[in-house]
Amino acid sequence: MPEMTKQRPKHLALNEIRLPLAGFASILHRISGAGLFLLLPLLIWLLQLSLGSTQGSAETFAAITGNWLVKLILLGLMWAFFHHFCMGIRILLIDIHVGVEKQQAHSSAVAVMVVSLALTAIFGLKLLGAY
Amino acid sequence: MQRLVVGAGYGLKDWLAQRITGVVMAVFTLIMFAAALGGAMSSREAWQAFMANGFIRFLSFLFIVSLCYHAWVGVRDIWMDYLNSAALRLFLHVMTLLALVGYAGWAIQIIWRL
Repeated sequence: MPEMTKQRPKHLALNEIRLPLAGFASILHRISGAGLFLLLPLLIWLLQLSLGSTQGSAETFAAITGNWLVKLILLGLMWAFFHHFCMGIRILLIDIHVGVEKQQAHSSAVAVMVVSLALTAIFGLKLLGAY
Repeated sequence: MQRLVVGAGYGLKDWLAQRITGVVMAVFTLIMFAAALGGAMSSREAWQAFMANGFIRFLSFLFIVSLCYHAWVGVRDIWMDYLNSAALRLFLHVMTLLALVGYAGWAIQIIWRL
């Protein structure tokens, strides 16, 4: 397979690369997915505690979710979920040839960033007990 | 002949699976939003009663399976993109797979015990 070993030009100076917004949103899709995967055990554990029938599980759930560091982590996971969700819908739309044009693709990337941050703010304020 | 160890059967199957599992999870998410607006998360009792519903358990099961398959494809892509060592890649592929199978079993027994 000679074509797989041939030398290709590379430019991997990450500090110099200026990604367009759609590229930035795309790498955030990967980062948010990785974060959700890494903290999946925490989420399953919270699900278990939320559905536990004992008084102990209710108290443990309240104690953990009341911790400010956990709240901060959950806030980050919320953003990760909303970003991954919105970006996923964008990818599905592009798959069916909706919004493929450069300008539309840029606009939809802006929309993904704005909507996911707005949803994080709405649900985050609930998490932090603002309402 | 020198073989390249790439670690996956590339192509339509993974691409399609990633989309189908994504759609399943997106639909489930919208159902959970609607349920929350309908008061299913207003109290611990309401939440537990909602999750114990047979149809919701069926959907939760599909969500968990979709999530684990989706995470497998996605995380495996990350290892394949950034790791050059075939040995390290294989190790992390196996670890990822074992973790996800374990998470699936754990999560499913939580919802099916209700």
